[in-house]
Amino acid sequence: MQGGRVSGKNRGRFIMEKRTGNWQDLYRKEREEEPKLPEGPILFYNDLVIDHFTNPRNVGEISDSDGYALVGDPSCGDQMKLWIKVKKKKISEIKFRSFGCPGAIATSSMVTQLALGKTIDEAKRLTDDDVISALGGIPENKKHCSLMGINALLAAIADYEEKRGRANPREEEL
Amino acid sequence: MIYLDHNATTPLHPAVFRAMEPYMREQFGNASSSYRLGRSAKSALEASRKSIAGCLGAQPDEIVFTGGGTESDNIAIRGVAHALRSKGNHVITSHIEHHAVLNTCQDLEREGFRVTYLPVDSGGQINPDDVRSHIGAETILITVMLANNETGVIQPLSEVGKIAREEQIIFHTDAVQAVGKIPVDVNELSVDLLSLSGHKFYGPKGVGALYVRRNTPINPPFTGGHHERNIRPGTENVPGIVGLAEALLLATGSLPEVAQKLTGLRQRFEATVLRKINGVQINGRSAPRVHNTSNMSFQSIEGESILLHLDLKGIYASSGSACSTDSPEPSHVLVAMGVPAGTAQGTIRFSLGKDNTDDQIDYVMEALMEITARLREISSVRDK
Ligand SMILES: Cc1ncc(COP(=O)(O)O)c(C=O)c1O
Ligand code: FES
Repeated sequence: MQGGRVSGKNRGRFIMEKRTGNWQDLYRKEREEEPKLPEGPILFYNDLVIDHFTNPRNVGEISDSDGYALVGDPSCGDQMKLWIKVKKKKISEIKFRSFGCPGAIATSSMVTQLALGKTIDEAKRLTDDDVISALGGIPENKKHCSLMGINALLAAIADYEEKRGRANPREEEL
Repeated sequence: MIYLDHNATTPLHPAVFRAMEPYMREQFGNASSSYRLGRSAKSALEASRKSIAGCLGAQPDEIVFTGGGTESDNIAIRGVAHALRSKGNHVITSHIEHHAVLNTCQDLEREGFRVTYLPVDSGGQINPDDVRSHIGAETILITVMLANNETGVIQPLSEVGKIAREEQIIFHTDAVQAVGKIPVDVNELSVDLLSLSGHKFYGPKGVGALYVRRNTPINPPFTGGHHERNIRPGTENVPGIVGLAEALLLATGSLPEVAQKLTGLRQRFEATVLRKINGVQINGRSAPRVHNTSNMSFQSIEGESILLHLDLKGIYASSGSACSTDSPEPSHVLVAMGVPAGTAQGTIRFSLGKDNTDDQIDYVMEALMEITARLREISSVRDK
């Protein structure tokens, strides 16, 4: 509970109850309830985020990758490496390693899960909001963490396209 | 649940609760009232003052009750700076203070004071010679903490005290993390002001004290009634103060025992961690430390991730200080000690308490081995 304030969703309920006369008990009950995952800038993660944090998907490296990127978040020093393999313009394999907070690890994992099997064009359209909503939300102060995964994905795709462009310049125009 | 965050706060000692209880029930009087109910509150208040003074080697009239450590620090620093403004505008402190001191000093800077932040060595200690070399004609206050909340490192305050005494400069210490853990005597330290806080030694939260040596110039930041020698006006928190006094008596009485127990526990904990986990450093280990604190940096993994894994296993510790959990910046204390930012990021502060056991430490060891291996498997940083 954050400072004993009534959360947004409950406010309507409190106003209603206030008319009916036993609103004080509701405040008391809220105080005694099990601490919930509060909204707002606190370090709490939902079960899906915790699942991706404790069992991250697609951890590892690809030695013969088609695209690779290393990105960092200068504000917190966190860092991520991402490898992709592309077959028939689709991301056929994707692996990552992350040094970072739980938000960084969970969003990295989700980025790889979302990108796997997508075409390059589809993958390029993924945003940090997609990652956050696929995870069912993350705490406010952790939103920047999800950018790292997206940036790594875009950078790895750019690396792939650059390499491919160099190897096979005419294919670009097809 | 294994609680290893006693520098953040401690559970209330049951005997402290029992001592406080009557003052929340039948003895609820206002200590300023002249009828009997008030008089008994007043006598509990004064008895508490006397016993706290006794624990610190102070006189009862030198103890001012406050709303905790932060408030004590504020009253001391602002109070002295404002009282001596006409004499000078220079304050000396250190880089490793708690934010209760650091942010107060920064506030003074905005008011036009000049503040010197002393550096620390790699062990986390200031050098008393630096204090001397920074003292000038304008210096009116020195404020240096006794034990650091993140590393537990004890500062060489007796020497700073001697210098302050020679130079006749007012000397304050934030002893919030030291009181109850090591013997603290205001005369041995030669301090003029000392802050302490009840909830760090099994007392209640939101109550603390400020030792103010007789004749120390102080310009109280709050105005109100004539409580606490006008230094901290407001109806006294009698149950809290009774609890504070009882907690300090208990902590002082059991200090040698608890210190011995925790020294052994920590020694075993640290030795095992260093033996069984690669790439760990224990910050401040080369310096004298309070016996309960162990500040460990794990290479190539990040502290908050370690913390969440520990939490999932029912172990409570902290990354740096409780106040910094919302900001991603590395700890200012570790930065001041020259710990590289990447290393500082993987830091966990374990702070033991009197009720922790050998079995708990064994469980934490197992957990740490598993967690570090797991996070390193995921980590993109591959050094050492
Ligand atoms: C060194 C130090 N000073 C001051 C404080 C603040 O004390 P309080 O929480 O009682 O305001 C703390 C603890 O949070 C501390 O560790
Ligand atoms: S705090 Fe840096 S990525 Fe989460």
